[in-house]
Amino acid sequence: MAWEAVVGLEIHAQLATRSKIFSGASTAVGAEPNRQACAIDLGLPGVLPVLNEVVLRMAVMFGLATNATIAPCSIFARKNYFYPDLPKGYQISQYESPIVEHGELEVEFDDGSTKCIGITRAHLEEDAGKSVHDLFPSETGVDLNRAGVPLLEIVSEPDMRSAAEAVAYMRTIHSLVRYLGICDGNMEEGSFRCDANVSVRRSGDSALGIRAEIKNLNSFRFVERAIEYEVARQIEILESGGSIIQETRQYDSVTGETRAMRGKEEANDYRYFPDPDLLPVELQSDYIDRVRDGIPELPAAKTQRFMSQYGLGRRDARRLTLSPDTADYYEAVVRASGQPKLAANWITTDLAAALNRDGLEIYRCPIEPTELAALINCIIDGTISGTMAKKVFAAVWRREGDPISIIEKQDLSQVSDPETIDNLVDQVLASHPAQVDQYRAGKTKLLGFFVGQVMKITRGQANPEMVNHALHRKL
Amino acid sequence: MSIEPESISGIAQLARLHLSDDDGERYSRELSAILTFVEQMNEVDTAGVAPMAHPLDLTQPLRADTVTESDRREEFQANAPAVRDGLYIVPKVID
Repeated sequence: MAWEAVVGLEIHAQLATRSKIFSGASTAVGAEPNRQACAIDLGLPGVLPVLNEVVLRMAVMFGLATNATIAPCSIFARKNYFYPDLPKGYQISQYESPIVEHGELEVEFDDGSTKCIGITRAHLEEDAGKSVHDLFPSETGVDLNRAGVPLLEIVSEPDMRSAAEAVAYMRTIHSLVRYLGICDGNMEEGSFRCDANVSVRRSGDSALGIRAEIKNLNSFRFVERAIEYEVARQIEILESGGSIIQETRQYDSVTGETRAMRGKEEANDYRYFPDPDLLPVELQSDYIDRVRDGIPELPAAKTQRFMSQYGLGRRDARRLTLSPDTADYYEAVVRASGQPKLAANWITTDLAAALNRDGLEIYRCPIEPTELAALINCIIDGTISGTMAKKVFAAVWRREGDPISIIEKQDLSQVSDPETIDNLVDQVLASHPAQVDQYRAGKTKLLGFFVGQVMKITRGQANPEMVNHALHRKL
Repeated sequence: MSIEPESISGIAQLARLHLSDDDGERYSRELSAILTFVEQMNEVDTAGVAPMAHPLDLTQPLRADTVTESDRREEFQANAPAVRDGLYIVPKVID
């Protein structure tokens, strides 16, 4: 009988605030070690944490965007464990009464099918510091700049049935938090990372198998590979008569394997209790209404609007709305060109390929929306052919100039003058009498040959439609 | 309610406290007495009473999201047993 994978994710999204969750220390990246760790972050005696209002608003926004229940009264708890990068000996988190519970999110897969994934809870907590193990041979260095940075931990139900589903869910959350403007989504810097809970069971079983938790996955690819490896590992153990141990595992991106983490198990008793330094957080319904009014158009709604307003297919509309930056870029090109279909084509193909090749995000794209619009307009009015447009695109990408000046400088404009085209066609027909006879005898496939000859003379700049037309007329 | 010496050593381990076997016996006895004392609370009928998260009948004030702290690394690190290159130094920790 077949096996079924069961996956749930715990996503940590770093909230995009200026200051920390409980202190006025800066959260800016790139500071020298410990220059942004204040007395509260260090847990010095006598300090008192005070909650950042923006952190609270961001958590409420996330809850509203996932149709969740927002707790009218939410409390903070201490999660106790010892580690050098946790100065207080506890992490301020939420246990009972988290701020967000019972949410859901519709996830669309590559084949167009959709699935609703449950969000068990989302709670606020502070990040720990960073341990540096490789700088000194026999000691560990601790940088506490990250201690106290606000995190929203988003816990899903075990609703995913494959690595691909888990990645699709994670991408949807990633897109959502960036739309909401509550997280920059930068995975390389660790602003968006996740733990995966993975188990397997016989297809048709309703009870869950024993799960392993894979820690700290910070790319979509790692999430996919780690889950695939873990599912295969568990199936192999079960099929050979063994049993799964509930444990924490680490993914090694070099070998593509997961392995058990040492020493974490025996202390897995966090003794949560309400933090006496923090009072209960009460949220009035008029506050929640005000936050709701500030929520921007979200990916699902934008996809629908792009389909109806611009006549796009679902696939293109989704690709263009995956990030708010891409959607804004697209709409700027449409405003400047009035060509929604061509704009979608260029952005999802040539522009996407170039960004991908150079490893750039769209907000750092070297081509301005107005320039792409100008290029599109040159195709529409017949100044250049589609083939030439690709050359101009590449030149603008290399910043050799704007589209119009490149077309003029390199003399790329398309030959669209009817008289010139007629003369060129006459010239080609006159110099290939044998082929003309064959064509007239029924070998119509030779049309392509004639078109090719005209293109050769014009270095590809003749308007292909007009050349075809003229050839048909004259042959 | 009684608490066994084995549980005492588990709790001590979580709190990073070193206890001798004699200590274990004594703490087992004393903590059991404390728990028994506290257990009297179970006799009170608390139906309809909301669990209390904080003894003060107040709600959490909020602070604006502004950076108010300046860099005081040198002052803070003057208290640390070992510091190098701006990092706090601890014995080697391996995951």
